[in-house]
Amino acid sequence: METVLYAIVLFPLVAAAIAGLAGGWIGRAGAHWVTILGVGISCALSFWVLHGLVWGDLEPVDFTVYTWASVGDLSFEVGFLVDRLTALMMATVTFVALMVHIYTIGYMHDDPGYQRFFSYIALFTFAMLMLVMANNLLQLFFAWEAVGLVSYLLIGFWYTRESAIFANLKAFLVNRVGDLGLLLGIAVLAGAFGTLHYGEIFAAVEADPGRTLNLFGAAEWSLVTVAALLIFIGCMGKSAQVPLHVWLPDSMEGPTPISALIHAATMVTAGIFLVARMSPVFELSTVALTVVLVVGALTAFFMGLIGLVQNDIKRVIAYSTLSQLGYMVAALGVSAYAAGVFHLFTHAFFKALLFLGAGSVIIALHHEQDMRKMGGLARYMPVTYIAMLLGTLALIGIPGFSCFFSKDAIIEAVGYSAGGWATFAYWLLVLGVFVTALYSFRLLFMVFHGEERMDEHARKHLHESPLVVTVPLVLLAVPSVLIGLFTFGPMVMGDFFYADGSIRVLADQTGLDRLAEGYTGVLGFMAHALVTPVLYLVLAGVFVAWLLYLGRPDLRERLVAPLRPVQRGLEHKYGFDWLYIRGFTDGGRAVAGLLSKAGDRWLIDGLLVNGSARLIGRIAAGARYSQTGYLYHYALVMVIGVLLLISFFVVRTLFA
Amino acid sequence: MEQVIFYIFAGVLLFAATMVISVRNPVHAALFLVLAFFNAAVIWVLVGAEFLGIALVVVYVGAVMVLFLFVLMMLDINIAPMREGFTRYLPVGALVAVLMAAQLVAVIVSDRADLVSGTIPEPAADVNNIQAIGGVLYTVYVYPFEIAAVILLLAIVAAITLTLRRRDGTHKQDVARQLSVSKDDRLRMVRMKSSRRQDQTRN
Amino acid sequence: MIELSDFLILGALLFSLGVAGIFLNRKNVILLLMCIELILLAVNINFIGFSAHLEDVAGQIFVFFILTVAAAEAAIGLAIVVVLFRSRGDINVAALDAMKG
Repeated sequence: METVLYAIVLFPLVAAAIAGLAGGWIGRAGAHWVTILGVGISCALSFWVLHGLVWGDLEPVDFTVYTWASVGDLSFEVGFLVDRLTALMMATVTFVALMVHIYTIGYMHDDPGYQRFFSYIALFTFAMLMLVMANNLLQLFFAWEAVGLVSYLLIGFWYTRESAIFANLKAFLVNRVGDLGLLLGIAVLAGAFGTLHYGEIFAAVEADPGRTLNLFGAAEWSLVTVAALLIFIGCMGKSAQVPLHVWLPDSMEGPTPISALIHAATMVTAGIFLVARMSPVFELSTVALTVVLVVGALTAFFMGLIGLVQNDIKRVIAYSTLSQLGYMVAALGVSAYAAGVFHLFTHAFFKALLFLGAGSVIIALHHEQDMRKMGGLARYMPVTYIAMLLGTLALIGIPGFSCFFSKDAIIEAVGYSAGGWATFAYWLLVLGVFVTALYSFRLLFMVFHGEERMDEHARKHLHESPLVVTVPLVLLAVPSVLIGLFTFGPMVMGDFFYADGSIRVLADQTGLDRLAEGYTGVLGFMAHALVTPVLYLVLAGVFVAWLLYLGRPDLRERLVAPLRPVQRGLEHKYGFDWLYIRGFTDGGRAVAGLLSKAGDRWLIDGLLVNGSARLIGRIAAGARYSQTGYLYHYALVMVIGVLLLISFFVVRTLFA
Repeated sequence: MEQVIFYIFAGVLLFAATMVISVRNPVHAALFLVLAFFNAAVIWVLVGAEFLGIALVVVYVGAVMVLFLFVLMMLDINIAPMREGFTRYLPVGALVAVLMAAQLVAVIVSDRADLVSGTIPEPAADVNNIQAIGGVLYTVYVYPFEIAAVILLLAIVAAITLTLRRRDGTHKQDVARQLSVSKDDRLRMVRMKSSRRQDQTRN
Repeated sequence: MIELSDFLILGALLFSLGVAGIFLNRKNVILLLMCIELILLAVNINFIGFSAHLEDVAGQIFVFFILTVAAAEAAIGLAIVVVLFRSRGDINVAALDAMKG
């Protein structure tokens, strides 16, 4: 088991090193073969581990590989904790990564940075595996930063584009805010319990849940609440929750395979994973859970709304990702970790599918991403169309498709939860379903149906994408459609995560538990959907999309006119960018400029550094007049000095 | 009797010293210094330090002071500007001197130092001062004595080196250069083609 | 009988005169050297006085060395004066301000 885990982690790393360092030597084909092989082995072994843990005789493991440093009682270690939660993440990550690797052969075919790209994504796979397999917070933080770094590198992959550089810098800086929170949260836990190891922290937290700590003077704060909120700030950064979501739409500047792998399927879900992994801590803080719920619900609804006004195909999907991440976070907020992680799991497949499908469209149109210049593509690209259609149906939650189960479980779990905030979140999530259906089918209709708005030149060259592109689409479409049917029962309604202690839930009866009580099977759950408003809202969303974009496009103009201010607000993304760039960035620069001028240049450089030198210079300039250069002056001073010395001793001796 | 002689010579000594520092003409000052040395020598002899008294006269008056006079006379010194500020500094100098003298005397006469009671015994008639000095100088102080000799040698070398003047146009040996000559400085190897004999071409 | 204190007072006065001489003739190097000779003489007188008082010949040995060093000093000092005069045509100390700060 341990050897297998080493292999899972190290194969992508070695492949990344070979592709990155020897890329010129092994050539383009060598680079993709070596990385696909590395990630493929990793993927196969991950499935073996998952299978062993769920159906086989493998036991969860938790061991230390290497002690990096040890300071007093605190030791910094590299170690692996592999239980069902980890194994599920490993399988998801490596599978999507493998699909993306294969897909990239087609997508990046003509790119000069081919080997570099493969090296990066293999490195990302390594970092993501390290993240999910960590058994302590330090390693998690290392991997957290590593995936952030690769994300930064890949958003700015086309580093000659100014917008890409802006986007990757933005992603990096916004993530720093979240990472600071995570780091502080880790510090709070490490400071309180003197350990970074998950198991030890959980045991210590459970032993003393009422522990407090002093922040800002004598005020007592609940330790778990502070730690959980700080860690959740880290989650907000990485998983792009309001108000740290601004980087994710801009990250679409990166190549599409990256958008699929990093900014939809895996890295952005690291925050969800983190909260699920830290469930014993979050469980103890009602305040933290409420914050998680509200943030998630707000993100789910309002980010979906922005998706309605975007015209860039990738940005629509990006806002959809934000919205779906909001659903996951909301699930975490009502202790429905299983539902959140399950949604993560299904989302990874269908969102990767949607991105890769969008990438396929983008290739076909020669890197055109504006949906206003598409339309009617279904005729030219049937495989892509069907894959996208299935992905979209999965996304909006048509009963039977994978996302139906996960999203419905989340909504129901929130609905069954008690409390005003839960009710508030419930309605946001329910309305979000309508919005999801609307923007998803808007995309589908604008791209694949209706009139062909591309120019003549592009139309002539339209054709279905090559096999390396379509095969991953098909392979991803299968789980997108079917996986919910088979895994929903055991994973969400059963005790998949609870059996081996991957996730711990304290509340006597969560919304999810109540849901599970009435659960009779997949078909029953689907039948239940017929009596909830959710399904009808989905259908309404599809219908409205059809009406506005295919049936009666003229209605659109009439509808939009009175809603003009709303549309403008959405197009400006509620002003977050304006606030951050004009407010924080420019404000920070203004303050920094002031400090630089007044504090650094005037006070420190001018007054303290140069000032002291100038003062010495002035004193010396005055003092040099005492150096007359006349020998006899020195002699006289010496004689007078001798006289004074004699006087001192004489007076002291004689009159003491 | 001795006390009277001491006071007389001490008085002359102080007078001479006063004149040394106050006369205008440096030559006169040097001559007063000679007088001061003579008086000091007498006082030293009076208390039995015959060797040093004689040495002071012979070495100082005979050699050092003559050297002073030599220099004073050989150098054409304009003394007028050097007297500038004499009166201006007189009060300061006098004050310093008086203060210093007062303090030193105060120390000497104070009870704490216990010096007032001390007397200087009559030199014993059978003690030969030169013999006594010699007996110590060449035994106990033989190394300092040697060092003193070296110091004098050093002074000779230093004084000569400082004042030695090299004039251009004199023919002098430079031993160091002569010794450091090598073959290359003097000899030049010339490789030439052997030419035909003249008479052959002529024929 | 000569009192020891008489000797010491003589030395002290002579020393003070030498110091005063340095103040008064501060511009003439040769006179400065002479004043130093006066100061040394004062020291020597003290040594002789103590030597006679203690009936120990060591003090006189010291005077011997002081005379030696003083002679050497006078010789070198005068040599420097000669070189100085040769290079500047003057021995006025007031003109020597190369060490001015």
